Order: sequence, then C-alpha cells, then structure tokens
Amino acid sequence: MAPAFHKAQHVEVFLQQLVNGITLGGVYALVALGYTMVYGIIQLINFAHGEIFAAGGYMGVILISWMVAQGYPPFVCLGVALVLAMGYCALLAMAVEKLVYKPLRSSSRLSVLLSALGMSIFLQNGLMLTQGVYDRAYPGEMVQGGFEIGGAVVSYMQVVIVGITVALLVGLNALVFKTRVGKAMRATAQDKTMSALVGINASRIISLTFAIGAALACAAGIMVGMYYGSVRYDMGFVLGVKAFSAAVLGGIGNITGAMLGGLIIGMIEVFAAGYISSEYKDVFAFIILIGVLYFMPTGIMGENVDDTRV
Amino acid sequence: MRGPTLEPILELKNVSAAYGRIKAIKGISLTVYPGEVVSIIGANGAGKSTTLMAISGVLPITGGEISYDGVRIDGTAADLLPARGLCQVPEGRRIFPRLTVEENLDMGAFFRKDKAGILHDLNRVFQLFPILQERRRQQGGTLSGGEQQMLAMGRALMSRPRLLLLDEPSLGLAPLIVQQIFRIIREINETDGVTVVLVEQNANLALQASTRGYVLETGNVIMEDEAGALLANPDIRKAYLGE
Repeated sequence: MAPAFHKAQHVEVFLQQLVNGITLGGVYALVALGYTMVYGIIQLINFAHGEIFAAGGYMGVILISWMVAQGYPPFVCLGVALVLAMGYCALLAMAVEKLVYKPLRSSSRLSVLLSALGMSIFLQNGLMLTQGVYDRAYPGEMVQGGFEIGGAVVSYMQVVIVGITVALLVGLNALVFKTRVGKAMRATAQDKTMSALVGINASRIISLTFAIGAALACAAGIMVGMYYGSVRYDMGFVLGVKAFSAAVLGGIGNITGAMLGGLIIGMIEVFAAGYISSEYKDVFAFIILIGVLYFMPTGIMGENVDDTRV
Repeated sequence: MRGPTLEPILELKNVSAAYGRIKAIKGISLTVYPGEVVSIIGANGAGKSTTLMAISGVLPITGGEISYDGVRIDGTAADLLPARGLCQVPEGRRIFPRLTVEENLDMGAFFRKDKAGILHDLNRVFQLFPILQERRRQQGGTLSGGEQQMLAMGRALMSRPRLLLLDEPSLGLAPLIVQQIFRIIREINETDGVTVVLVEQNANLALQASTRGYVLETGNVIMEDEAGALLANPDIRKAYLGE
C-alpha cells in the first residue's frame, strides 16, 4: 500500500528520488562506458569489467583509509586515491587484455567470451582471497553534511559524486570526439583493416580502450564505496550486469547511448525502489535488459549491427 | 619515365599467398619503377586484390619476397607502411562511415606530426576534390559512391604517399565520375610524383592511364608489357577488352 502523501510530500519524494537517481545513474553510466567501448572495438562482452569496478572500490578504500589515517584532508585523500586507483585499474585491465584476450584475437567470439567469464571468476576470487569475504567500510568522515532543495536532501557526498562523474564524462567525450587518438579509436571500431592501412596500430588502440574503460569503472567503484559506505568482493557482479543492461539499452557500442542508458537505469531503479518496492530494485534493470533485447535489440542510439562490418 | 639506372620502388619475387587453404596467388613477380603507373588487370578472382593486400602487409605471404625501396617489407606490420610512403585505397573504398569527411582525411595523416605539412596536403586534397571541402562536416557514410572514392583517395594522399596502390577505383561509378577519377590519378602521378599501382577490371581504362601492365589469371602473371602493347595485343583485346 502506498502511503497517503500530501501533495507537497509527493513533490518532495519525487525530487528526492530524482537526486538519488542522477547520482546512481551517473555511476552506472561510467561503468556502462567500459562495456560499450570494448564491445564497440572488439565485439566482446567483457564480463570481467564488473570485477575491475570492484577492484577499484577496494583500491580506493585501501588508499583513502591509509591517507585519512595519516591526517591528510579528505579532498586530498579522495583526489590522490582516485588518480592512483584509476591508474592501477587501467594497468590491470590492460594486463588482462594482453594476457587473456589478445592471444584469442583470431579465435571464435565464443572462446573470448568464455575466457572473459573465467577472468571474472578469477578476479572476483582474487579479491576474496586477498581482501576477505566481509564488507570493508569506507572512512565515514570523508564528506559530511548536505543541503535542502524544495524538501529534497542533497548530501555533499552526492554533489561530489555527480561532480566527479560529470567531469569524467565530459573528459571522455572530449577525448573520443575531439582528439586524434579518439578519432583513431572510432576508426578502429569501424574498420580494423582500413585503420591499419592508414597506419593505426589496432593493438595499441584496443589496449587504450580497455585502460580508459577500466579507469572510469574504477572511479565508479570508489564512488559507490563512498556512497554506500562499504565495498565487498562480489559487488562487481550485480552492478556489472546493471551497467551492461545500461549499455544495451543505450545501444551497445554507442558511447552517448551508454551515458543515456546509465542515467535511465539509475532513474528507473531509484523510482521503482521508491514507488514500488525497494526489495525488488535490482529486478528492474534486468526487466529492462530483457525488454530491450526482445523489443529493440539495437537500443536507443544503436545502429543496425552488421556482422560484415567487424 | 623509366630509366635503366632507376632502382625499382616495388619488387615482388615469386610471391604467393592464401586465404586459409585456398591459394589466391601462386608465385607472382612484378616490378614497379618510380614515377610509373602500372596496372594489374585480370578477371574476377585472378588475385589482383590479394596481391595488393599482400603488398600492404594485411595478408601474410606464404612464399617469395616483397621489397619496397630496396628493403624487404614482407612480414612488416601493415600499420608501419603508410609512414614509409606506401599506401592503399582498398576495394570498396572503406571510408570510415561514422567519421566526418574531415576526420577521415585526418586519419590519413594519423602518423604525421608536421602540422604545416598536413595543412598543406589538406589544401591540396581540397584543390583536387573541391566537393570534399563542401562536405567536410558530413559523415563519410552519407557520401555518394563517387564522393566516397574521392574521399578514400584524399585520405591516402594525406599520408603523403610515394607509392599508391589503388584497388578498383572505377567500381560502381558513373562514367563521368570515372573519367574524373582517372584524370586525378594522372595528375597525382604527374604533378605530385606519386608512383601508382592500379588494379582494375576495366582493363581498357586502366591501360590507357598506365605506362605498363601485368595480366593476372588464376593467381599467376600470364603477361607483362608496355600498356600500349597490351592494348594492341589481340589476345588481350579478346579476353579483357570485350572484343
């Protein structure tokens, strides 16, 4: 039974969900980008991407806890941890690509897909073995307080998260659409043989794509850890599937689509939790995934996927 | 243009290559000298495009040697060759459909750092193909076939090639556009000094624009001669020139 809100309360609740939805949706978008960019360039659903996100969350908590204990101011801790952890995850993803996916470049897509699945299990168990099976808490005193807009509470933590997310999304857009290396990434995604014929080293571009996707997922892992207060070794699985749903909803391979899809999935999840049932909040992302695959498999922004283009 | 003292810019010795177990070329030898326009003619499936892909390093060869500028290049990664001046405009043009015309051209200069030189070459491309300048903000995939051919050639010119491999530049284009394309091939050969290897099914057209020609049949070179001699050869006229 929905409680009988007064009209003013309705607006407040709506606004509150909107604020929460933007926060969560931005994080989904960051993770979805890694799925969509890697798919765009080598047509691989990188199942291990969720684990990179989790590894980022852990690297964040390790670095931030240590720096907070040393007495550094919170923003310095966060900033330094973000940069270092993103670098770490980028290297981790590049290593996975080089050791596990690259040797299978000329094998069937199924082989690579299965090795990605194996890599996901491997990384998740690696996290469990090295970090333990219990939740690991982020330092509580990082960003406190908040303010009110029209009855909705916006925490400074949310402001920080949305700020970082927007900065990363703007940065990625600039990289992909304005720089020469970004053009080369798009060219390689569109035609690998031709990109070699103009002098683009596809292996390097693929490696870079993994690195960028991993860095974004890492930032998302740290922010999810801060937002919910803790990380867990298996946190990459459900979030990974949700972010993958976002990528499919936006049109897999499409960067703008992944951003849009992330925001939509985040919104739907938050609103469904608020208005329908928070028990089932995880289900909605999957309902959307099934719905999109069934009714519009190319997603919102996707083109017709032509196998000959690969 | 060929003199006895010139070293060949490109030399294939007994080159063979295969797609899986299907042997596409079986011991091809050919020589191209600086400044020439050499055409490779032959029927569908004779191995013309395969030869170009082998030269460009896209298709690994199974035997023989390929030398460019006197240096062996077989086994060299394809993406290292454009910087050495060896470029290809492949069959079907293969422009990047979701990059703009300008971005496609910039990809041709991917390996270059000389901003002034790039700008100079971009102006040269726009001078040769004014339509590309008009359409520079349009996505490559939205261009007509003829415009795509021009873009593909412009993109290759942005690499400042010394040897340009052109695969079926006339394919699927209206006769008027074909004439224009061939006029520009002659111009970049004569004015810009680019050596050209031309693969064509339209043998008549190709030989008229060439200094020499090679005739391929089922993966072998069956004849090699001055273009004029090939055009006058009754066997060639019968087999490839539709007489």
